[in-house]
Amino acid sequence: MRFLLQRTAFYLFTAWAAITLNFFIPRLVPGDPVQSLISRNQGRISADAIDSLRVLFGLDSDASIWEQYLDYWGQLLHGDLGLSFTFFPTPVSTVIGDSLPWTVGLVGITTVISFLLGTALGVGAGWRRGSWVDGLLPATTFLSSIPYFWLGLVAIAVFTGPGSFFPSSGGYEAGLVPAFDGYFIPSAIKHSVLPAATILVSSMSGWILSMRNMMVTVSSEDYITVAHAKGLSERRVALSYAARNALLPNVSGFALSLGFIVGGTLLVEIVFSYPGLGYQLFQAVGYKDYPLMQGIFLIITISVLVANLLADVAYLLLDPRTRKS
Amino acid sequence: MTISPSSIEQVIPGQGAMAQPSAAPGRAKRRRFRFVANAKAATGLVILGIYCLFAVIGPWVAPYDPNARSADVLQGPSARHWFGTTHLGQDIFSQILVGARSVMLVGLLAGVLATILSILIGVTAGYIGGVPDEGLSALSNVFLVIPALPLIIIVTSIVEQASDTLVALIIGFTSWAWGARVLRAQTLSLRRRDYVEAARATGERTWRIILFEILPNLTAIIASGFVGTVIFAVMSEITLAFIGISSISSWNWGTILFWAQGQQALAQGAWWWFVPAGLAIALLGTALALINFGIDEFVSPRLRSAGKTRIRTADGRTVRMRVGFTPVLAPASRPVPAPREEVAP
Repeated sequence: MRFLLQRTAFYLFTAWAAITLNFFIPRLVPGDPVQSLISRNQGRISADAIDSLRVLFGLDSDASIWEQYLDYWGQLLHGDLGLSFTFFPTPVSTVIGDSLPWTVGLVGITTVISFLLGTALGVGAGWRRGSWVDGLLPATTFLSSIPYFWLGLVAIAVFTGPGSFFPSSGGYEAGLVPAFDGYFIPSAIKHSVLPAATILVSSMSGWILSMRNMMVTVSSEDYITVAHAKGLSERRVALSYAARNALLPNVSGFALSLGFIVGGTLLVEIVFSYPGLGYQLFQAVGYKDYPLMQGIFLIITISVLVANLLADVAYLLLDPRTRKS
Repeated sequence: MTISPSSIEQVIPGQGAMAQPSAAPGRAKRRRFRFVANAKAATGLVILGIYCLFAVIGPWVAPYDPNARSADVLQGPSARHWFGTTHLGQDIFSQILVGARSVMLVGLLAGVLATILSILIGVTAGYIGGVPDEGLSALSNVFLVIPALPLIIIVTSIVEQASDTLVALIIGFTSWAWGARVLRAQTLSLRRRDYVEAARATGERTWRIILFEILPNLTAIIASGFVGTVIFAVMSEITLAFIGISSISSWNWGTILFWAQGQQALAQGAWWWFVPAGLAIALLGTALALINFGIDEFVSPRLRSAGKTRIRTADGRTVRMRVGFTPVLAPASRPVPAPREEVAP
C-alpha cells in the first residue's frame, strides 16, 4: 500500500510539473501569437475571443505571473482548455474528447498487445538461447530502427490502392456516423488493421530483446538449477520460475518507456490520417494552434501517468516483496 | 589546502565521459581491440563510420544541387539520377547525401549534450545521496515519464523555422533522463565498493573520486546511453522535419519524406521518393543498435548469443546446452544430466 501511495504522490507531482510546463511554454512564444492569428483570419475572430486568447497567452495584463498561474489552474479545473484555432470556435476539450477514443483504441490496445506478445516471444528466445530464434534478433533490430511513420508509408504503398481490402486513410468509411452498430464497428476495425500492424511490427522487437536478455540473466540463477534438479517440468521452470522473475524489470521498463512509445505511435496516426490525438496534433502544428497543442500534450501526459499507475499495480501483483514492506 | 594550478591542468585533459585511469598503452590497446573484435560492434562501427564520412563529404560529392530543378520530373531511378527525381526534377540521391550532414550533426550534438547532462545529474545524485538525490531523481523521473516527442514537437513549433543546432539543443535537453537514471543506479552500487572507500580513506577529494575512481567504471553505461540518445535524436529530428516543423529550407531525410508525403508520392507510385530515405534511417538506427548490443555483450558476456549450443557427446547423442549448465563431455556411456536430451537424427 505504501508503495502505491508513494507512486501516486510521484505521479501527482509529475502531473503538476507537466501542467506548469504547459503554463510557461506559451509565455515563451516570441512576439504576439494572437496578433498573428488575427492577421491570418482577418475579421473572422470576435473581439470576445481575442480577449480570452490574450488571457490564455498572458498577453493582456498587468496581472503578475503568479496571478496568471492561479487563473490558469482555475480554468483547468473547470475543464476549460481554451478555444481551438483550427476548429474555431470549438473548445479544445471538445476536439480532444472526439479524438481521444480513437487513440486509446488504436495506440492503447496495440501497445498492450505488443508488450504481451513481445514478452512472450522474448521468454521463448531467452529460454532457448542459441536456437534459430537468436538469428531473428538482427532482423527485429532492423525493424525497430525504422521510424514508425515510414513503415506506415510503405504499408500504405504496398497494401492499399484501388480494389484493395485495406483503406489507406481515415478511421471509418466516409458517410457513416460513429455509433455502436453493425455498419460502423466493422468499418472502424477494417481501418485500424494496417495502423495497428505497423505499430506492432516496429514496437515489438524492443520487448523481445529486453525480455530475452532478462531471461538469459535469470536462467543462470541458482533457483533455476534447483528447480531443474527437483525434476519439475521444463515448462513450469520456464514460466513459473524464470519468466516470472524476468518479467519484473520488463514491467517497470514498460511503465517508464510508455512516454516514448506513445510519442512514436502518434505519428502512425498522422500517416494514416487516423482521427486520433496524433493527427490532431499534426493539424494543430500546421495551423499554429497553440491551445490545441497544449491541450493534447496535457491529455497525453495524463494518460501516460494513468497507464504508469496501472503498470505499478501490475508490478505489485507480480512482486510479493513490494506488498510486504 | 588549495589546489595548485599545475594539478588542475593535469586533471582537465582527462576530464569527461571517457576519462580512463592512466593505464599502460599496451593494455588499453588490447582492450579496445577486444571490443572491436565483437562482430556486431564492428559492423555497427563500420556503418557509422561510413555515415560520418558522408556527413563530412556529402555536400561536395553530391552530383547535383539538391535544390536545382530540372526537366526530368518525377522519374524513377536511372543512371543519371540514381534514386530518381522529385516533382520538381530535383535529384533525390543528392538530397540524401546533403541531408546526411544535418542528421548526423543533430544526432551527435544532442547525444553529447544529453550524455553530459545525464552524467552531471545521475552521478551527482548517486554519489551525494540524501536530499539532493531525492530531488534530482524526481526531476529525472518526471522527464522520463512526460512523453518526450509531443513536448519536443510543441517546443520546436513555437520557434519559427528552428535551425539544426536549436533542434539538437531541444532534443538534448529533453532526453537525458534515461541515462541519468541508469547512471545513478550504477553509481549507487559503486559508491560503497571497497576501492572507493579506500580512496576516500586516503583523503582523495570528492571530485577526484568521482572523476578517476567512479567515472571510468561507468564508461560502458555512458557509451551505451550516448548511442541510445543518438538513435532517439535522429528519429526525433527526422520526425520533426517530416511533420514540417523544423526548417524546411535545409535538407535532411525527414525533409525528403515531408515533400514526398506532401506531393502524394504514394498515390503517384513514386516509391523511389521515400524508400531510400527510410532505408538510410533504418540502416543508421541498426548500426547504432548493433554498437549498443556490442557494448552490452562486452560488459555482460552472458548475453552473447552462444554460437553452438548443440553438442555431440561421445556416445553420439546430441545435447542442447543452456545457461546454468556446464555439460560434462566425459567419454562416459551416459553423459551429461542435461535437462533435455534429444537423440540425433
